[in-house]
Amino acid sequence: MEIVKPLTQYLAALLLAPLLPGIINRVKAFFAGRRGQPVLQLYYDLYKLLQKAPVYSRTTTWVFRAGPVIGLAAILTSLAVLPFAGRPSFLAFDGDFIFLLYLLGLARFATVLAALDTGSAFEGMGASREMQFAVFAEPAFFLGLAALARVTGQTSLAGMFGVLTGDLWRTAAPVLALLTASFFIVLLAENSRVPADDPNTHLELTMIHEVMVLDHSGPELAYILYGAALKLWFFGALIACMVLPRHSGSWAGDTGLFLLAMAGVAAAVGVVESVIARLRLIKVPYMLITAFAFSTLALIFQMGR
Amino acid sequence: MHTFAELIIVFVILLDLALAVTGSLSSCIRLVAVQGVVAGILPLLAGSGTPHARTAAFAAFIILLKGVVFPWLLTRARDRSGARKDVEPLITYPASIMLCLGAFIASSWLGSRLPLPETNVAWIVPASLATIFTGFLLITTRSKAITQVLGYLVIENGIYIFGLALFVEQPLMVELAILLDVFVAVFVMGIAIFHISREFDHIDTAELSELSDWRRGEYGK
Amino acid sequence: MIKALMLLPLAAGLLSFLVRGDLARRSLLLWTARGHALLTALLLYTFVSARSALGSFPPPVPGEWFAYDALGLLFLCTTSALFLGAAHYAVAYLASEKRNPGEDAEDGFIFNNAPETVFTGCLLLFLAAMTAVTASRHLGLLWAFVEATTLLSAPLIYFHRHKRSLEATWKYLLICSVGIALALMGNLFLGAAGLKSGAGLDLGGLLAGADLLDKPLLKAAFLFLFVGYGTKMGLAPFHTWLPDAHSEAPAVVSALLSGALLNCAFLGILRAGSVCSAAGLADFSGGILVLFGLFSLVTAALFMLGQRDYKRLLAYSSIEHMGILAIGAGLGGGAVYGALLGAVSHSLVKAGLFFTSGVVLAAEKTKRIADVRGLWRRAPRTAVLWLGGFFLITGLPPSGIFLSKFVILREALAGRHYLLAGVFLVFLALLFAGMAKVFISMTFGEHEARPGEKAFKEPSGMLLPAAVFFACVMFIGLFIPDWLHRLLEGAALNI
Repeated sequence: MEIVKPLTQYLAALLLAPLLPGIINRVKAFFAGRRGQPVLQLYYDLYKLLQKAPVYSRTTTWVFRAGPVIGLAAILTSLAVLPFAGRPSFLAFDGDFIFLLYLLGLARFATVLAALDTGSAFEGMGASREMQFAVFAEPAFFLGLAALARVTGQTSLAGMFGVLTGDLWRTAAPVLALLTASFFIVLLAENSRVPADDPNTHLELTMIHEVMVLDHSGPELAYILYGAALKLWFFGALIACMVLPRHSGSWAGDTGLFLLAMAGVAAAVGVVESVIARLRLIKVPYMLITAFAFSTLALIFQMGR
Repeated sequence: MHTFAELIIVFVILLDLALAVTGSLSSCIRLVAVQGVVAGILPLLAGSGTPHARTAAFAAFIILLKGVVFPWLLTRARDRSGARKDVEPLITYPASIMLCLGAFIASSWLGSRLPLPETNVAWIVPASLATIFTGFLLITTRSKAITQVLGYLVIENGIYIFGLALFVEQPLMVELAILLDVFVAVFVMGIAIFHISREFDHIDTAELSELSDWRRGEYGK
Repeated sequence: MIKALMLLPLAAGLLSFLVRGDLARRSLLLWTARGHALLTALLLYTFVSARSALGSFPPPVPGEWFAYDALGLLFLCTTSALFLGAAHYAVAYLASEKRNPGEDAEDGFIFNNAPETVFTGCLLLFLAAMTAVTASRHLGLLWAFVEATTLLSAPLIYFHRHKRSLEATWKYLLICSVGIALALMGNLFLGAAGLKSGAGLDLGGLLAGADLLDKPLLKAAFLFLFVGYGTKMGLAPFHTWLPDAHSEAPAVVSALLSGALLNCAFLGILRAGSVCSAAGLADFSGGILVLFGLFSLVTAALFMLGQRDYKRLLAYSSIEHMGILAIGAGLGGGAVYGALLGAVSHSLVKAGLFFTSGVVLAAEKTKRIADVRGLWRRAPRTAVLWLGGFFLITGLPPSGIFLSKFVILREALAGRHYLLAGVFLVFLALLFAGMAKVFISMTFGEHEARPGEKAFKEPSGMLLPAAVFFACVMFIGLFIPDWLHRLLEGAALNI
């Protein structure tokens, strides 16, 4: 019976992830004074795309087709490691946060290779920008997780969030606050949200993530969109676990609170997107360096205690 | 209480980082003022129990000076000098922030090595050293005269926090004399900035390079 | 008495901002300087006559904020004497400046001067601050007053409303303020070192409880205090403000900066050093002093060799002398006596030289060495003083500076610091050669009259103080009066 709960958690994550972009869009629409898309829009899109037959350019090779599949597979695996509502998932093991980082890196690598495989100038540009930002975002994220490991004294994500209680927030509030801020910035950048990137832009020159997937169509585009939603879930879940340290005994209560926090994170992203203008491309690294600085500071603080 | 003091220390460090990356002159002035105020609040929290009336009065005085008088003086100097609104750094912002972080790492190391009396607020020594370093960073890598004054004030803030960390209790007269000196320094520097802007039409210190034994300029050919 | 010493210039300085008439203000300056000198002389007399049978002075009561020991008194006497000369010079200078407004020698434009009110007022307040520095027994107060001297002398450097003097003022303000902020760090370290003994920053308390001081913290404190006050004292490599400020300020201000202000900063270092030696760290503090002193000497010598501006040359000569003082203080023992004698003689000679340089500038309208030839013909009395000052400052025998250098060198050899003595001698010789070339070429040679040049009438009021100072230094070189000897010995004991 013990396998049921983790499995349910995993399925819930897979099912609920496409809700997050919907919530973000509704919040943005609210700020803009529009009604906005239905919350379930992504589900419709995915269904529609899965029905279609893909179209391939003649210049592309198998790398192009493998990209979305590998990307989706990597994210799916990473979700199997990620704790849900502060409870371990079925793949959790010691040191799994490093494994997670590599999975994310693999997904990025596959996407970038697929983009380069098209031979299009735009997609090459997008790939180059993606990698450039990753150079800043990955150390920030890694250092942040390392600091978290140091604070909690655990090396698996599940362990970290299991130890993370209200008491810890009382004694190590500055470190945890810094880490939350850092993770949030990384979330914005990794999921190509404003102010790092604009998912709704229609100008290829200013795109980063979207421009890489221009040539994908049909089910493969669906994989990519679904993968993006899962990735958003991934980072959102991290932050939700950070800010929700209290563990009540009941599984249902925790899960409910966790889902509420996820919705809250999505709403926060929506608010940020509504009130902040997109940064100039040249300034995006500054933002990521800030995240890096937060993570580094948190780590140093923790070491110096 | 100490967690709160620690939060303030973190805030001081974040202000250092913010100073290293802020491009706008007026927000720099505001950041320095906020840092001064935060540093002024610190002694009320770091001690145990209710603070003495003397400490409270002194803190109020510092807050008034650093939070109100200095920003006012500096804003006035900036307006009267008609300077451009950005700080014109000589190095890029990422380089600034990296230097700042490096300084913080170095100060943590130094803080752990110094045989200082045990403090009950963590990181207060590294934070003060990092603040002092940020002040030097502002002085050396920003081209405007006014940012050099800001750097001087940041150094002053850092030294003040350092003094708190060491529990060095100076007589009130001496503390007041030090504050008076800082006040007069800012005041005189403000006047000098005004004169510089009038003589040179701007307050870029890069132009203040006529007197040198290294450069064979027009002067002393 | 001590309060009167500090309050007199303070009150006069504030008053001079209110006085309207130029003449009244100038006589206020003059009479304040005389009054200050008189009070100093009285203090000196009570000191010398009150000395106990052992020949040392009664130590100040611990806990007092303002009191004099022999060291403080020595620097007070120097400052007061210097200011007396400077006041006389300033009155003559201000009168002539009023008649001939400044003309920039290089660019040929006319510039304004700062209002005389500000100049006189700041001059007097500057004196008050320096007096307070010499009297302070509390190191926190000492810091505050040293910083006050920086702030009060900044308007003096910017007397000529002129781009270059503004640049010099800015550098002076910023570098010295930041440097002195570091000295504040040093004070904090010192306070932390004395937490156990509970001395605070009171000098008497620190010296009495020196054994209880925390040694590593004391070392850190000395380093910071040294860098802080060393910046103000003009030790290389923190000296960069000094040549600029000295060359751009009016001659009287340069003289005060060089002769009195640098000594005040030196006093700060000596106070820190005395705490270190009392705690048994004399080797550490002395080593640092010798190292940086030697570096200053070498730096100054190298920059003096290619120098094209005679006021900058004098400024570098000040750096050199500060280096020598630091070496002397660092060697300890008998060399301290030499260093203090050097401090007094250097103050007087350098002030006299700066006074003379002001007259040379008035005569030739240029600070460039290459443009001054045949001073002998144009201004004979000035030329005599100029050349005489050169002999005195380089330390030819009938000079107090010779004596001081000799004592320091002897101590270095006695302590088997042969390398130090060798470098010291080589660079002194180098300096002598470099300065000789400049001074001789300026004094002798044919004077080329510029078109429209009028005959130059030498202002006696501006030359007299220099002549008196030079005479004093020669006198010291030949014969040290008993009271001065005792004062110097007492001061050496204070370190």
